[in-house]
Amino acid sequence: MMMVTKANFEQEVLNAKTPVLVDFFANWCMPCKMFAPVLDEVAETYGNRLKIVKVDIDEAVELAQKYRVMSIPTIKLFTGEAEPRATFVGAMSQEELEEWLAENGVE
Amino acid sequence: MENNCFDVIIIGGGPAGYTAALYAARANLTAMVIEKFAPGGQMATTEIVENYPGFVEGINGFELGMQMKKGAERFGVKTKLAEVKSVELDQNPKLIHTSKDTFQAKTIILALGAYPRELGLPNERNLRGRGVSYCATCDGMFYKDKTVVIVGGGNTAVADAIFLAKICKKVYLVHRRDELRASKTYMESLEKTANIEFVWSSEVVEILADEFVTGVKVKSRKDDSIRMLACDGIFVAIGNVPNTELIKGQVELDESGYVPADETTRTNIPGVFAVGDMRSKPLRQIVTAVADGAVASKYAEEYIDSM
Repeated sequence: MMMVTKANFEQEVLNAKTPVLVDFFANWCMPCKMFAPVLDEVAETYGNRLKIVKVDIDEAVELAQKYRVMSIPTIKLFTGEAEPRATFVGAMSQEELEEWLAENGVE
Repeated sequence: MENNCFDVIIIGGGPAGYTAALYAARANLTAMVIEKFAPGGQMATTEIVENYPGFVEGINGFELGMQMKKGAERFGVKTKLAEVKSVELDQNPKLIHTSKDTFQAKTIILALGAYPRELGLPNERNLRGRGVSYCATCDGMFYKDKTVVIVGGGNTAVADAIFLAKICKKVYLVHRRDELRASKTYMESLEKTANIEFVWSSEVVEILADEFVTGVKVKSRKDDSIRMLACDGIFVAIGNVPNTELIKGQVELDESGYVPADETTRTNIPGVFAVGDMRSKPLRQIVTAVADGAVASKYAEEYIDSM
């Protein structure tokens, strides 16, 4: 899964052609690791309809601060706007994540 | 995945679940674990597990969970990444429904685990991720040089306090009673820590917040006096709730929601077993969870042989 930093956030997330799910995580965060296989599975299921990228909050401190990430994992869905369309804090099951995506217009 | 009938399906991939699976597979039973996340359960959120024997330096909880999964899979255990939506237990074969599949099994071992108890305050859920946390090792780094409140008095609360005191400027530990329940090993490190202030015999009655947490309102259980504690975060460590919603109405539960199975792990439904933190027991630890898993597989095998 692609890692995004401050340097390529605009290009890879804000200017992307498809909706982008950003996973804010850290290597020391166990729930983030628990959540990782769900994201892998969803990435495979959605193919080109959804781009999933990861932001390491230790590397991209400014991004985490800018988007007010205070707990991880936090996922944010970007759909071409500067502000995320939706945010979820915590891990979700695959079904829950797919429902959440559908509620936010990603089918 | 092939939709045939398994000898044993284990719901939950924590230490109890994967141990049950390992023992079942080694007894030549076909076994599958259904888990919605990576393995390990609550154990996986523990930075270092120091009370599971055999690891001199301790072991990372997530790593231990992965090892338990791999160890079981080595003997043929299958893993399905899915959330179980409903179960039909009182029949043969028993049915397990996820949102996409239905699986059949002769026996079911429930290893559903537990999750952290909430304070139950009105704005608590909305503030999750904005100052309210249930996992100090996960979110502690966001509170570097800030002030936090920990609620609770057991081992988790005290371990959180010691951990957070290293990161934060100031840590308040708010506890309902006037002494801690935590074990001695923790108490000694706690006494050495200067920036922890105890707030005894008190309860958090309100979380103060604008967009983020700004403080808590604490009420004394002795004289009802109110004290405001300004803080940037609140860590809740007031115990766990068994994750038994799925089986309510089918499997007998006690008043706290635990399954009142004895050491055989048998529930009121033949062929259905309950292991780990969801079972009524005096000590909830990884070692007692794995013991449950091994025992359950023995009785599952016995049940299948008698069918």
